[in-house]
Amino acid sequence: MEKERHVLIAFPHPDDEAFGVAGTIIKFTDAGVPVTYACGTLGEMGRNMGKPFFANRETLPDIRREELKKACQVMGIQDLRMLGLRDKTIEFEDEEEVADKIFAVIQEVNPSLIITFYPGFAVHPDHDAYGAAVIRAAMRLPAEERPKIYCKAFSEGCVDILGKPDIVHDVMDVLDRKLEAIKAHRSQTEASVAQWQDSLGNKDEEFLQWVGKETFWTYKGPVVD
Amino acid sequence: MQAINKENLADIQKALESFRGEEVYLHLETTSGVYTAYRDKSQLTVGCYIRNGKIRFTTGKITGAGPYRVGLKMDLGWVYAEGLTDWEVDGEGRLLLAGHNAEGKLACAFELSRTPFN
Repeated sequence: MEKERHVLIAFPHPDDEAFGVAGTIIKFTDAGVPVTYACGTLGEMGRNMGKPFFANRETLPDIRREELKKACQVMGIQDLRMLGLRDKTIEFEDEEEVADKIFAVIQEVNPSLIITFYPGFAVHPDHDAYGAAVIRAAMRLPAEERPKIYCKAFSEGCVDILGKPDIVHDVMDVLDRKLEAIKAHRSQTEASVAQWQDSLGNKDEEFLQWVGKETFWTYKGPVVD
Repeated sequence: MQAINKENLADIQKALESFRGEEVYLHLETTSGVYTAYRDKSQLTVGCYIRNGKIRFTTGKITGAGPYRVGLKMDLGWVYAEGLTDWEVDGEGRLLLAGHNAEGKLACAFELSRTPFN
């Protein structure tokens, strides 16, 4: 992993960081790199209510806020910003206004690296819209001051267009804490975590590859169709 | 929340009627889950929701043998929800109904409140 001055994690939902980025975050904070998490929403519209369910549509935001704080504790994140957008509405907001919120954080913490979703390749409309706002905000900076941007992408066929991810972090050495961070988002991950117990116990190679390696695409500009 | 059943249906009906005739706030939502089409191309990702719709209804009923349905008749139209499995009246006096699928995931929600939802 490259040495960083400050890392900005920018995702729209609490738990977006859990499966694909938590290990990377843990490795940065272990190395003493300050990490800021700009989380767009509280995942108010999540369908998972715990298994068996303990949340409802109205209690879910508070529950997820606390889960997010706990996950940040596990990952060593000391600077958590909740931007106050609402789940499933980001794509309908004014793009410049969303970018303004993220730009304010970028200006304040002056990150050398931003991690977000690759707009157009992240499946969930909030992922694409938030990723696009992050890119829009970063592009306001002159190229020489602009932080690197690592993007998560997982839409079908994304590898055909983007190529293979150019950044691969092996996070097996911090897997225990990564799993703890995932579990911290209990209302959302309880059911998945229960299903993993067998894979973990059997040291299932495919599963370990998936959870133990975190991949990113360095943002290189908009993709033209 | 607890499961809606024959025993508590009358309580829910009573709670529903307590909102009748006055201006109340509606949260109505249905969702297949945003990854539905991503996981299975033959399926359509669908969802819609309205939050803090101001309504006034003249007749409101919960019906069905489980999962349950709710319909509200308004002066100029209807509100309807299907697939409801669980309910509660929360600490703020709001009637919360939800439909959870076999995996326990929320598939629809129908909620009434006398004050706006956050």
